[in-house]
Amino acid sequence: MGIYSTNEFKGGLKIMLDGDPYSIIENEFVKPGKGQAFNRVRIRNLKTGRVIERTFKSGDTVEAADVVETNMQYLYNDGEQWHFMHPETFEQLTADATAVGDAAKWIKEQDVCIVTLWNGVPLGVTPPNFVVLSIVETDPGVRGDTSGGGGKPATLETGAVVRVPLFVQTGELIKVDTRTGEYVSRVKE
Amino acid sequence: MSGADDWRPTARLDVLAARARVLAAIRGFFAEAGVLEVETPALSFAGSTDPALASLSTRYTGPGAPLGATLWLQTSPELAMKRLLAAGSGPIWQLCRVFRDGERGRRHNPEFSLLEWYRPGFSMHDLIDEVVALLRCVLGGNPFEERLTYAEAFERALGVDPLGATIDALQAVAVRAGIAGAEHLRLADRDAWLDLLMTHCVEPGLAANGITIVHDYPASQAALARLREDEPRVAERFEVYVRGVELANGFHELGDAAEQRRRFDADNARRRSAGLPEMLIDGRLLAALESGLPDCCGVALGVDRLVMLATGAQTIDEVIAFPLERA
Repeated sequence: MGIYSTNEFKGGLKIMLDGDPYSIIENEFVKPGKGQAFNRVRIRNLKTGRVIERTFKSGDTVEAADVVETNMQYLYNDGEQWHFMHPETFEQLTADATAVGDAAKWIKEQDVCIVTLWNGVPLGVTPPNFVVLSIVETDPGVRGDTSGGGGKPATLETGAVVRVPLFVQTGELIKVDTRTGEYVSRVKE
Repeated sequence: MSGADDWRPTARLDVLAARARVLAAIRGFFAEAGVLEVETPALSFAGSTDPALASLSTRYTGPGAPLGATLWLQTSPELAMKRLLAAGSGPIWQLCRVFRDGERGRRHNPEFSLLEWYRPGFSMHDLIDEVVALLRCVLGGNPFEERLTYAEAFERALGVDPLGATIDALQAVAVRAGIAGAEHLRLADRDAWLDLLMTHCVEPGLAANGITIVHDYPASQAALARLREDEPRVAERFEVYVRGVELANGFHELGDAAEQRRRFDADNARRRSAGLPEMLIDGRLLAALESGLPDCCGVALGVDRLVMLATGAQTIDEVIAFPLERA
């Protein structure tokens, strides 16, 4: 794998640190007028999602991480593993619950997700920004109350629970923003 | 932003207007103070020996150098201005573009504007008074001012003596202070560890709303400042911080030609051990010092950062029209 010097640091660059792959979030160049230069970076551990800080001496090098992001179609879950397929090569791979993480509560068969691969192994799954799911259970709500206040919890077909307005009923389709977990609108079939 | 838009300035036009007002205020300040504006070459046959500064270079070929010669872009106008002082110029100031390789970030651009001035007969604290007066003139208001020594600043922020602590002790302080990765850093010398602690721990604790002057730097960081006669472990060097941002660096200027030559040689020795190219020593400066530099103090102030402070900008790109990527 390649080597990056601190001069190549920028947001999104994937590097190895202490045996784990990281993505650079923010890189700050710090140098006293008459002194040693440093790169102070904020980085995200791609295995755990944890964000940490790290200071490097400017000019130092780090190992590049073999991390690629690729669009893949979610096929099915066999009870333990999530199966994905590359839409052009039809190559398939499986991801475990750790890699799929929160995406599990949003994705349905056929959805195209971003699968992050580290040395060819899935590290994370990013669901589409917006998904359309049907409501399997929600309280009927008080008839006539269409004010914006409060809302109510609704359980979706994937198991996710989101807050919806009172007028939304069981069996309806809704659009959800997966980045915030918030209801966006009703969707007509 | 799309690539097609990168012909545009990164600074807003109203900020460029504010920048012009800062430059006009500087000119007015020195006109009133009776200090002479001068200009010196941006290109020189001698580059900076300072191991912490990397000079950019270019080539000149023509009359005077038929086979071509390397010319260095100035990292500051200091050496040429001292030659004017030795020639009897009296107090002088200059606003010029300076160039430093490898420096780009939120507060750095490889070319930037430096305000530098020299005051024969001033003590270090006289010159600090004048820097504060200039800042009040440009930034307005009457900001709180505090002066403390380098040792006091470290003592207050970290409880460590920067003049006496060993490298191991400084590294332990850095780890204890939570500088991430400090345990893995391999730094060339004690001063690099002090720089790490200064930038990561001391500077963030400096007065958030006022002017802080840190003075009496360790002798190992004297650069071109005199050592204090009554305390040779420290140099008569000061740095000015405004709202925690390093803005200016000043010296009671070294006038001893033999000592200046020793410092140039020491710089080159540090360059060798760090694997950096050695730089030609400026013989004309040494000759000027031999002839006699008046006792004086001088200071260099980063004008782009001053404009950042005047306009509330968070990045240097907000106050210059075309930073590196759009140059």
